[in-house]
Amino acid sequence: MKKIILIFSLVLFFSTVFSQVPSVMIKDIKGKSVNTKSITQNNGKPVLICFWATWCKPCIKEFNAINDEYDDWVDETGVKVIAISIDDARSSNSVGAFVNARGWEFPVYLDPNGDFKRAMNVGDIPHTFLLDKNGKVVWQHTSYLEGDEAKTFEMIKKVAKGQAIK
Amino acid sequence: MKKTILLILSIFIWVYSYSQNDTQTNYGQVSGNFQSEAQYYITDSLIGAIAPIEKTLANSWANISYNLGNFSAGIRYEGYLNSILGYPNSGGKNDGVGFPHRWASFAVDKFEITLGNFYEQFGNGLVLRSYEEKMLGVDNSLDGFRIKYNLTNGVYLKGLLGKQRYYWEHGPGIVRGFDGEIQFNELIEKFAESSLRISLGGSFVSKFQKEESPIYNLPKNIAASAGRIDIRYNGFALNSEYAYKINDPSADNDYIYKNGQAFMVNASYSQKGLGVVLSTKWVDNMSFRSDRNASLTDLNINLLPELTRNHVYMLPAFYPYASQVKGEWGSKAEITYKIPKGSLLGGKYGTTIMLNYSRVHNIDKQAVNDSLPLDAPGTLGYKTSFFSIGEELYFQDANIEINKRWNKKLYSNFSYVNLIYNYNILRGTTGYENVNAHIAIADITYKFKPQLALKSEIQHMYTKQDEGSWAMALFEFTIPNWFFTVLDNWNYGNLNENHRPHYFNFGFGHISGGTRIQLTYGKTRAGVMCVGGVCRNVPASNGVSLSISSTF
Repeated sequence: MKKIILIFSLVLFFSTVFSQVPSVMIKDIKGKSVNTKSITQNNGKPVLICFWATWCKPCIKEFNAINDEYDDWVDETGVKVIAISIDDARSSNSVGAFVNARGWEFPVYLDPNGDFKRAMNVGDIPHTFLLDKNGKVVWQHTSYLEGDEAKTFEMIKKVAKGQAIK
Repeated sequence: MKKTILLILSIFIWVYSYSQNDTQTNYGQVSGNFQSEAQYYITDSLIGAIAPIEKTLANSWANISYNLGNFSAGIRYEGYLNSILGYPNSGGKNDGVGFPHRWASFAVDKFEITLGNFYEQFGNGLVLRSYEEKMLGVDNSLDGFRIKYNLTNGVYLKGLLGKQRYYWEHGPGIVRGFDGEIQFNELIEKFAESSLRISLGGSFVSKFQKEESPIYNLPKNIAASAGRIDIRYNGFALNSEYAYKINDPSADNDYIYKNGQAFMVNASYSQKGLGVVLSTKWVDNMSFRSDRNASLTDLNINLLPELTRNHVYMLPAFYPYASQVKGEWGSKAEITYKIPKGSLLGGKYGTTIMLNYSRVHNIDKQAVNDSLPLDAPGTLGYKTSFFSIGEELYFQDANIEINKRWNKKLYSNFSYVNLIYNYNILRGTTGYENVNAHIAIADITYKFKPQLALKSEIQHMYTKQDEGSWAMALFEFTIPNWFFTVLDNWNYGNLNENHRPHYFNFGFGHISGGTRIQLTYGKTRAGVMCVGGVCRNVPASNGVSLSISSTF
């Protein structure tokens, strides 16, 4: 029990610092290896990282909703949305066709053994992280309920203006 | 265990005090997550649910990781007090609390070195995939060390050595592996922007296990290797992998001395609004575990991915396919087409149609000679030719899904699924008919306000086999940060007229940032639960369940 208390107090002590995106190698849908540090660069503009899978219905709903408004989001805030598919070998080879057929505009990456997912401590999907201009995670959201994209866009706008998120 | 924790804590403290010397203080970062799945059980003789003696069972786990520059480390706490029903080895090996997973990793130049527990996948996983799926109780992490080396642009090498996790212990075998991949467009600069992209990869995995059999002369070192290729040209993609394993007598293959093989090809073409995927695979005696006597989900070194569709709606998920490692042939075709916006059928937002078909058979097995039956222990087992297809149908799935948004408020998703399910093979039993099920699903969401919506899911399954027909209705009401669900799943067509129960459920949940809490009361049918490509049997249950998850 003492150990657990010690660990949790350490966590509280450290967790006042917002975290950066860890460096993990994943692949783009063309099969090229990329580092998560480099794909989350966006010239001082916000970045939204969304974990999803082709079998996850709420994820697809969320992406359809984001895609409908994506042009406006980019025009207004310069945000870059990146979708990380955690499909394993059963479906990872068909993610490219899945995305292209639906006409989603944002880049999609493959994390078939969950390396990036674990590094970001994601449990269930969908799970979304918002990064500020310094690449720090300033907001996150799990699950998707109808209309959640409006809240997400509010947060993106705040971050784009350099406002703090409480 | 105490030593490990002390060691990790001292590393934290050391790094912390070291970082104090920097001119600009950097404490590093701590992050993690927590999840708990608890259930209070009630005995319900109508559905065959039996409450355990403990009445309440809970699975919980928490990850904590620390990162500073190129160094990171982490531990995971797991507690099964006691394991929820249906979890592997519940009421046995799996119960208890502890820190079964801890690791440290650092990156130097082009090297990345990991010590402790880690997960890894070579290629498509045909010869090595260590991974976790907490909801199913699968965790075959390797405990040892791994080196990744980025030799030059486009050349990636990995080497590893370890023992596999087996609940709170380790499996008896040692796993050694090497994988290399060359991405030519990155390696050769003038092809960097070429629309033709090619990469090649190869893996070698060897396991060692002492021989303990009084009957057989068993191989102690067993090697498996695989080669893969990935080619892309504009919208075309082709990915193929072939794996070979030397003879590996085990409980899975009835101790036969035959070599194993697996082969898969995925081809796809896509352009905006259209996606076509064709896949095939062939498996011949390809079980690969770090303990030759292990079974179920224990100590798998590889994972042979299914190519059938992973259904997530409740009724089609009643009859899920699972890869048959002893031998199978399967093929899949999938076409997705988005009828453009503004056309007659596309409407204002476009309509997405997906057609998916898959079929799986056994492979053709011939006796080694006239005097030996098939799969006789201690023999070569059987003969087969590469890519042979047997007569017996294991599974077939033909389905169509139409997704349409009608206006700002109304969305719909209609599906029809026809499944043929070889009950005897897929449930490891005898005497049952194949299940032929027709399933129709209407999933409709209506938004009263942007963040106030009602989703309804009406599902119907018609079948004359197994438990007969089912009807299911689900309503989910969502407001900002909250959801409320009610569902009834009615086995109205059970062939036994006196046994046609309702499985009624209701619950609600709250979501705030990275935290989710859900409370549900209701009944769950006995069946098979699958996540990713792996399934486990779940007993019938009745009771209250609480689920909490949080990422920080």
